[in-house]
Amino acid sequence: MPKTHTKTKLANGLSVLLKEIHTTPLISLWVWYRVGSRDEVPPITGISHLVEHMQFKGTRRFPAEVMDKAVAREGGTRNAFTFLDWTTYFETMPANKIDLALRLEADRMVHSLFDAGELASERTVVISEREGHENEPMFLLSEAVQHAAFRVHPYHHEIIGDMADLRTMQREDLYRHYKSYYVPNNAIISVAGDFDAATMLEKIRKVFEPIPAGNIPPRLSRLEPEPRGETRVTVEGPGETAYVQAAYRFPPASHPDFFALSVLDSLLAGPSNLNMFGGGGISNKTSRLYRALVDKQFAVGFSGGSNLTVDPFLYSISITMHPKRKPEEALAALDREISRIQNEAVAPGEVARAIKQAKANFAYGTENISNQAFWLGYAEMFATYAWFETYIDKLAAVTRHEIREAAQKYLQPRSRVVGIYVPTGNGAAK
Amino acid sequence: MSGRSGVRDDWKKSLPGPENIHREVLSNGITILARSNFSSPSVTISGFVKSGSMLDPEAKLGLADFTTSALMRGTQKHSFDALYSALESVGASLGLDSGMNTTGFHGHALSEDLPLLIRLLSEVLREPTFPAKEIEKLRHNLLTGLAIRAQDTADMADLSFDSILYRGHPYARPEDGYPKTIKAIRREDLVRFHKASFGPKGMVMVVVGAVDPKKAAEVVHRALGSWKNAAQVVCEPPGDPRPLRQTTRRHHKIAGKAQADLIVGTNGPRRTDPLWLPASLGNSVLGQFGMMGRIGKSVREESGLAYYAYSSVSSGLGPGAWTVSAGVNPTNVEKATELITRELRGFVARGVTPEELADNKANFVGRLPLSLESNAGVASALLNIERYQLGMDYYQRYASRIRGITREQVQEAARKFIDPDRLVIASAGP
Repeated sequence: MPKTHTKTKLANGLSVLLKEIHTTPLISLWVWYRVGSRDEVPPITGISHLVEHMQFKGTRRFPAEVMDKAVAREGGTRNAFTFLDWTTYFETMPANKIDLALRLEADRMVHSLFDAGELASERTVVISEREGHENEPMFLLSEAVQHAAFRVHPYHHEIIGDMADLRTMQREDLYRHYKSYYVPNNAIISVAGDFDAATMLEKIRKVFEPIPAGNIPPRLSRLEPEPRGETRVTVEGPGETAYVQAAYRFPPASHPDFFALSVLDSLLAGPSNLNMFGGGGISNKTSRLYRALVDKQFAVGFSGGSNLTVDPFLYSISITMHPKRKPEEALAALDREISRIQNEAVAPGEVARAIKQAKANFAYGTENISNQAFWLGYAEMFATYAWFETYIDKLAAVTRHEIREAAQKYLQPRSRVVGIYVPTGNGAAK
Repeated sequence: MSGRSGVRDDWKKSLPGPENIHREVLSNGITILARSNFSSPSVTISGFVKSGSMLDPEAKLGLADFTTSALMRGTQKHSFDALYSALESVGASLGLDSGMNTTGFHGHALSEDLPLLIRLLSEVLREPTFPAKEIEKLRHNLLTGLAIRAQDTADMADLSFDSILYRGHPYARPEDGYPKTIKAIRREDLVRFHKASFGPKGMVMVVVGAVDPKKAAEVVHRALGSWKNAAQVVCEPPGDPRPLRQTTRRHHKIAGKAQADLIVGTNGPRRTDPLWLPASLGNSVLGQFGMMGRIGKSVREESGLAYYAYSSVSSGLGPGAWTVSAGVNPTNVEKATELITRELRGFVARGVTPEELADNKANFVGRLPLSLESNAGVASALLNIERYQLGMDYYQRYASRIRGITREQVQEAARKFIDPDRLVIASAGP
């Protein structure tokens, strides 16, 4: 049994990553495409996500309902996610049923119908999904902050897209997007679970290698210029609770500073749980910001975290305000903590603690096959799987000096966007 | 996958059962169930004490919830900060939440830290100090939570639904209370409530992970074996609510929201009802299987009215509810209600087809490995075994029990609980 994983490139450019895990009779298969909301321009924002939805609407061979039923009947689970940089589809199946998932995924890489009638109903489903998001103050605030942070780079819009585009984009737009990006040389497959790697590779070759490579459009890469000062945005909406979000420009996951920033995040906001599925999650009640914001009663809750992206994105701290405090007071408290970590030495124990927390989260993540297959592909979307395998070692190598330097370099008011959700009351509600 | 079938056969033999679950009842009434899983160096604990919101006085609704939230705010040996510091420093997590009939706890840690986790749980259950300053902080958090709840269309639809379905019954009351009742609760109330209703009688503790089951039980014994509370009032599940006489509708207005939440439903079986499994299988056909069953097909796939539309049977020791939930545009509430009611009528009148039953049985049996792969999944299974007295070999007999369910039993369950002319229709939105 191989100790770790294998990586193979098929003749059509499709990369295949396999990892044998024999603890449970399950296999999790993920197909990743390098296309996400950053590959969109107006008036087709949200198209990657809508294409993802249409990928569940069937092919000639596997009409929508047939596909759904076939997987459910075998006791499998399936879903898909669209992100800034990628779109991914997965099935986790009992190990002896994985052939079905392989056939389905190979088939919809090329043969999805994008039926106009199906699009009409799926369009309103996605509009409804967006309306559900719009019910949430934090979504409205995050959308405004993200938009303010990216004027040039296509990270500027929410993954779900703008309502105007959701209403107007056409079947031809979607089909073109699908045909341009859903090609094997723009995809990777990651599989983890109870299989023999050589046999699995043969199965994958058989169904995926006949699919011809395509011409992938060049990726939009209009890098955002350095911000020249703090940006403030205000969003008004119903309710009694105010929210604050401070978003700092952060480097991509592959940047050498990212690991120092991960430790910094852990000290400030508590350990981020990087697991997509399965156990994990460690509270943040002894993090520096909890003590400064919640314990001191500026806020009733907060969260902090960054995303693992290809291009520079954001580190966001989101605060749910205490009813008797003003957003400016919470921001001042936040700035005091940031100044402290920029100017005072971090205790060695704090760093050791962050490493132990990361190790624990990794252990929780290995309880779950889907989570392991997810990471096998996810890491390849912004770096390589080695990024994931060496993550703990890289964190452990971070020095206290590097943490302080990273805080000084990235947590500057001039490179942040501050968003405030101003509640306008409960209106007609009881 | 050749040569790997041995793994699967071993796994089948190792489904949770009497030969691989260590069960022990301590002299003070605590039942321990422990099972090992060495696939990851982590461990999960889960369980409950028999305290709950059922015991809340009318003028102090939310008392059980407030008390439970306050348990981790300080103990005789640890302050709030010291308690969380002990947990977070080793990447462990511990949480409690109060329900109607029981108060649950759950935690995870690296297996080397299991003794610490259980020791801290014992402290918060037995020796909370309810520090006055912390109680006031918590009160603000709870009140902010209620202000957010007042803006949440799903929460408010749920509240309306319960108030109609369970009118005059303890389940009509919200577990988190109202602003007025939370403000009325004094520190002494928390102390009294804890003293009266927290104790070892009826407590269940499950441990699953990289640990020898007998050793795990010893750890529990050491930490909790000496716990006594002669005055403990045990929370018992209530009787059934009065049957509905007619369909009742209520809309709760929340201004400024983009989407309305809709719940259509009625009474459902208790988890201990012999019809629970047929109802659960029927519910899968109705609104779970594949892309959310018949409800999903009608409301989402064909009409494009909602991003989510599904049915569920929520059951515990007390009376259950059988509901269909959907998030829809405010202009589509009527149409969605009609479609859902039509599906309920068809479901009661004609039951399920042989093909639907076969598909859903296959799904219930096939998904077992997936639901039992993580420590948390196994812990939840063990907790079900004990809470509902299902029998230690429940999961080993599960497949044959599912296969034995007939269409007639499913229809009997549908007819017993769902009367399409006596429904609760609750919505919240603009």
